[in-house]
Amino acid sequence: MISLTRTSLRLCNSINVRLQSTLVFAEHDNKKLNPITLNAITAASQIGGDVTCLVAGSSCAEVAAEVAKAVGVSKVLLADSADLEGFLPERLTPIILASQKQFNFTHVIAGATALGKSLMPRVAAKLDVAPVNDIIAVQSADTFVRTIYAGNALQTVKSSDPVKVISVRGTSFEASSAEGGSAATESLPLPQLDTTQSKFLGQQLSKSERPELSSAKNVVSGGRGLKSGENFELLYKLADKLNAAVGASRAAVDAGYVPNDMQVGQTGKIVAPELYIAVGISGAIQHLAGMKDSKTIVAINKDPEAPIFQVADFGLVADLFKAVPELTEKL
Amino acid sequence: MSMKILVGCKRVIDYAVKIRVRPDKMGVVTEGVKHSMNPFDEIAVEEAIRMKEAKKASEVIAVRCYSTIQQETLRTALAMGADRAIHVEVPAKDCENLGPAQVSKVLAALARREGASLVLLGKQAIDDDSNATAQMTAAHLDWPQATYASKVSSCDGKLTVTREVDGGLETVEVSLPAVVSADLRLNEPRYATLPNIMKAKKKKLDKLSLGDVGVELRQHLAVVAVSDPPTRQAGVTVDSVDSLIEALRHAGRI
Repeated sequence: MISLTRTSLRLCNSINVRLQSTLVFAEHDNKKLNPITLNAITAASQIGGDVTCLVAGSSCAEVAAEVAKAVGVSKVLLADSADLEGFLPERLTPIILASQKQFNFTHVIAGATALGKSLMPRVAAKLDVAPVNDIIAVQSADTFVRTIYAGNALQTVKSSDPVKVISVRGTSFEASSAEGGSAATESLPLPQLDTTQSKFLGQQLSKSERPELSSAKNVVSGGRGLKSGENFELLYKLADKLNAAVGASRAAVDAGYVPNDMQVGQTGKIVAPELYIAVGISGAIQHLAGMKDSKTIVAINKDPEAPIFQVADFGLVADLFKAVPELTEKL
Repeated sequence: MSMKILVGCKRVIDYAVKIRVRPDKMGVVTEGVKHSMNPFDEIAVEEAIRMKEAKKASEVIAVRCYSTIQQETLRTALAMGADRAIHVEVPAKDCENLGPAQVSKVLAALARREGASLVLLGKQAIDDDSNATAQMTAAHLDWPQATYASKVSSCDGKLTVTREVDGGLETVEVSLPAVVSADLRLNEPRYATLPNIMKAKKKKLDKLSLGDVGVELRQHLAVVAVSDPPTRQAGVTVDSVDSLIEALRHAGRI
């Protein structure tokens, strides 16, 4: 009797799993896939059911071919139009809605990037559902875990909406393998796009040879203690030795030492590298929110009372202007 | 130009407070804890006032929805320079479930009712960290959105907005009416001076019910649990760069 119940339970589960189908919004720059999409595909696989990827952009066929090779993807939808230059949410939303209408996805997912977080809530509102942003775990097809209060509490939420619209914290999910899949690609008929409401005028991206901050294995970050933009050179040298990305606290960004896209924290980037070296950073709640899931945290600060030492695995109370060059030298 | 701006003001636990999870694991302790206006909303209020000072806007209306108590957030916005305020009263029982899905509907309805051409909101509230209300309000109104703004300039019924995105900055142009969400670097909010705080007490603060704005709230998400994040093991203090390198080698990090 017990075994019978178990079998029927398992049957129910597999039926349930088969009923799920997820649309993953692939983020890219028309040339290359943003790696966070692979983390989103993993989250989609945890929900179960078919995973379809939507590649929308202008002249982005290469990206569709790249996504089609990712493990776990069963179909790729391609929406290619010059109107999608700049990835404006006003134009992407009708495309996502059109694919949702055609295929009845139960879940729509994107990486929790600036684009994903800007787009998913707009899609959710159009579907009259509540979005769930920046999830760190999938508990079941309708229950997700996310952080609140700058990462100081974990909130488990259950959605009663017919379609779950979600953005996924990249560092909380392994990347799905980029090679080994062979999904078919089909073109999505484009809905009417309103091109009068918004216009993409251009971008000023920070150029760097170093690894990308959100996905780097090692990160070296500087704060107000660096005292000037020129002094960040010390961190760049250390970062180069470690093949690390360079981040910053809000204080360093506000003081103009480095551009805002280097900010790590509640309202900047969330990172979880293997090694995070915080230099001249006091460790405000808002900064810790962005890095406290790092595997190993090192703090170099001359103030032994700095809160950063409470989360650091290895703390060195020292003048960074002496300790950092010495560390770079000896590595 | 007679542009009315609607700004959202959420009352949240002050950013400097170390929060505590409730013993029943269903939320965080809010009683007796210092609250203040969501920092991103302060930036939105400041930007709206600057637009009025630059004669780009005619009126700034501060809005908040919650149960009746505590109007100080709206009074703060009025003291900063907002012209009037609207408090949308939400029945206490619905406040537990009040999130971006519900608030965006109220804001959209109010924007229509007040004939606003711009809704300015903070990019996220520092309590639920949802980062969704502006986007959802824009969707309900079918207006364009410019999220994470670090610079806004207006000209001929259009806004040019510099946005903070992952790789740097990008610039978009949106036609009015529009919804804009403020990022940290949009401006530095002013402090309300004592005379302005006194004057704010005389400014108009309307109370509306959900029925007045014609919105019915529905529950979408239920909180199953709230818990403490895993705590990190206590670390060690090393006394020199050499012992730091030694420790990192031992941990296999270098």
